[in-house]
Amino acid sequence: MSKTPDIKRRQFLAGAAAAGPLMGLATTRAVAADAAPAKAAVPAKPQTAGDYVAPIETTEVNKGKIGGDFMVDCLKSLNIDYVASCPGSTFRGLQESIINYGMNTKPEFITCIHEEASVAMAHGYAKIAGKPMATMVHGVVGLQHSSMAIYNCFCDQAPALVMAGNVGNGTQRRPGVEWAHSAHDQGIIVRDYVKWDDQANNLQDFAEGLVRAYDLATTAPMGPVMVVIDADQQEEVLEPGRKLFIPKLRARTQPVADPGALAEAAKLLVAAENPVIVSGRYTRTEAGPKHLVQLAELLQAPVVDERNRMNMPSRHPLNHSQRGAAMVRQADVILALEPMDLYGTLNNVDDRIGRPAQPKVRPGAKVIVIGTTDLNIKPNMGEYERYQQADMGIAGDAENSLPWLIQAIEKEMTPARKSAAAARGQKLKEAGAKLIQAAHQEAAMGWDATPISTARTSAELWNQIRNEDWTMASEVNFLSNWPYRLWSMEKHYHSMGGSVGGGVGYNAPAALGAALANKEHGRITVALNGDGDLMMSPGVLWTAAHHKIPILYIVHNNRAWHQEYMHVQRMANRNQRGIDRAWIGTTMHDPNIDFATLAKSMGVYAQGPIEHPADLGPAIQRAIAVVKRGEPALIDVVSQPR
Amino acid sequence: MINRVLSRSAVIVVGLAIASPGAFAQDTPRGNAANGKKLFETTCFECHGYSGQGGGAGPKLINPPAYPAFIVQLRTPRNVMPPFTPKVLTDQQAADIYAYISTFAKAPDPATIPLLQN
Repeated sequence: MSKTPDIKRRQFLAGAAAAGPLMGLATTRAVAADAAPAKAAVPAKPQTAGDYVAPIETTEVNKGKIGGDFMVDCLKSLNIDYVASCPGSTFRGLQESIINYGMNTKPEFITCIHEEASVAMAHGYAKIAGKPMATMVHGVVGLQHSSMAIYNCFCDQAPALVMAGNVGNGTQRRPGVEWAHSAHDQGIIVRDYVKWDDQANNLQDFAEGLVRAYDLATTAPMGPVMVVIDADQQEEVLEPGRKLFIPKLRARTQPVADPGALAEAAKLLVAAENPVIVSGRYTRTEAGPKHLVQLAELLQAPVVDERNRMNMPSRHPLNHSQRGAAMVRQADVILALEPMDLYGTLNNVDDRIGRPAQPKVRPGAKVIVIGTTDLNIKPNMGEYERYQQADMGIAGDAENSLPWLIQAIEKEMTPARKSAAAARGQKLKEAGAKLIQAAHQEAAMGWDATPISTARTSAELWNQIRNEDWTMASEVNFLSNWPYRLWSMEKHYHSMGGSVGGGVGYNAPAALGAALANKEHGRITVALNGDGDLMMSPGVLWTAAHHKIPILYIVHNNRAWHQEYMHVQRMANRNQRGIDRAWIGTTMHDPNIDFATLAKSMGVYAQGPIEHPADLGPAIQRAIAVVKRGEPALIDVVSQPR
Repeated sequence: MINRVLSRSAVIVVGLAIASPGAFAQDTPRGNAANGKKLFETTCFECHGYSGQGGGAGPKLINPPAYPAFIVQLRTPRNVMPPFTPKVLTDQQAADIYAYISTFAKAPDPATIPLLQN
């Protein structure tokens, strides 16, 4: 700027002033402080061709590739389809490269309103797509916003690729906020709950770090990874002839259990009088449910599904999840496949003074665990749950190991064992049929009640989607698990478990991520979404509308955090202080939240509040028609607590 | 030993069965269902539902047990239900709640509900 002749600078200012007094003042101040805004200001008309002075930035154009372009090449090499992000200046270089160099395809920029939503979308996406999507978060502040969703991914062993902006070189930082958005070691913010993090020193280092991060994220036990994308590296001009290469991603296979250990497990299972199978985060692919059915039928053993993934078809006669405690109590051999909380499944811990614990398992029962969870425990967070003793701990990805276990069991099966298994199976089949009858009888209770029962809502929704291709993308334990009891879930994408970390605000964005993955398959995604959860990240509705992501949100609007209401009531009972004040701080009424208006304000088709059960079916029918057109829809249902 | 325990239990059960109708009737205080509704919808509905239909957090209350069994469960509950002492819910309030839950309509036959045939 100092080299610009005065006369020309004055002409420039005169031209700017002509554009309007306010703009003129602003421009004068900006130009004095920083050359950057000159490009945005209205330039003066050149008097002659010789008078023209180019704005400062146009003298600094980059003619070749920049670092951000190379980063896009790296993302493309990993076949990343989407990058979810709320914009932030620490990754402006890469963002510009994605939309202009990469032409906003593979990856496509998905605009989010909050970084937690970005990563939660990646969480849900991975569980349906079977591969990670990327997210970009602003340096320090965006990473901290996203940390809750990263933790959920970690607890649920879901792969996600988080890229955090940073201006690593202090001498290159703009004064002020850019310092607050940079750190020497960003990884420390999330290191307790990512599989790996990396802060590369140069672009080659970045390429290798990114590919390694992807590789680690997708190797069982899977999980989120975080790589820093340095601003200098993003904006760096790549000189012609500079040699950079992108490592080829290893064609990764998942670890398979030791054959000798599987043979030993097979002997125990075949010899058992009452074997029981417990499944947690077992299913990864469409092979998961098929092999689990094969195993259960071979042994004629009941399956108790912890429902962290779509493991066992819900109406299979050997699915006895609804009476899991009884099954565990009578078992003499228990096979746990990627259990999420084996201690909780095999023991009772009452929420009373002293927290008394009692084993459900009978003395002498053998416990076999196949899984990878224990291979990635971090010391600080307690998501690994209480240590459960077992007779065999077999390290290996359960889904990949199951065909080998089945083969080993087939070798052990004698005609006598087959006959015993068949007799056991007949009894289980009869008991299984009664479970479905019981579910229908219980669903009929409060059928016409207002507020609307969660069973009624689940049955109405099932009626509308049962002949479609669909995913139920939300955790439904706060709806008394009715979809698992009333719907026929068979395919590996029919459900996907929950957050596991229990960070409220997971459901709405994770379901949207699932819907994004389902888009190319034309599948209908439905989410029975808690009101408290949706209020944590209502901006996902805008993202759904903006990107035309088809999804049906049914808001389970019970106007409270009922789990917490019950906890506060429990404390009031314990302290003998009455029953009339537990609502304080646990409810969301006065005023009631109008979710339909909220959704409409962001361009989403919406209906509600629906208060009468008879109105629900037609409302769902109309909303499904919208979703089939490729758009999001929302129905606000005033509901019973559970 | 087991046989002796079983036979003693059988005697107790028979005794209860003989004593039950009159004793239970006398022990059931008169409750105010309208007040019981207010109390129920302040606390019990959380786990048992507004219609007593039950759910993931608590069992159904349609067709409730006899009052003595109800009050035992309320004061010294089995399973996860928190105890409601007389200081938290008086005997009269407990009777009011019992009067209210006794009004819950029976569930329709699921065979008559088309959506439950899917």
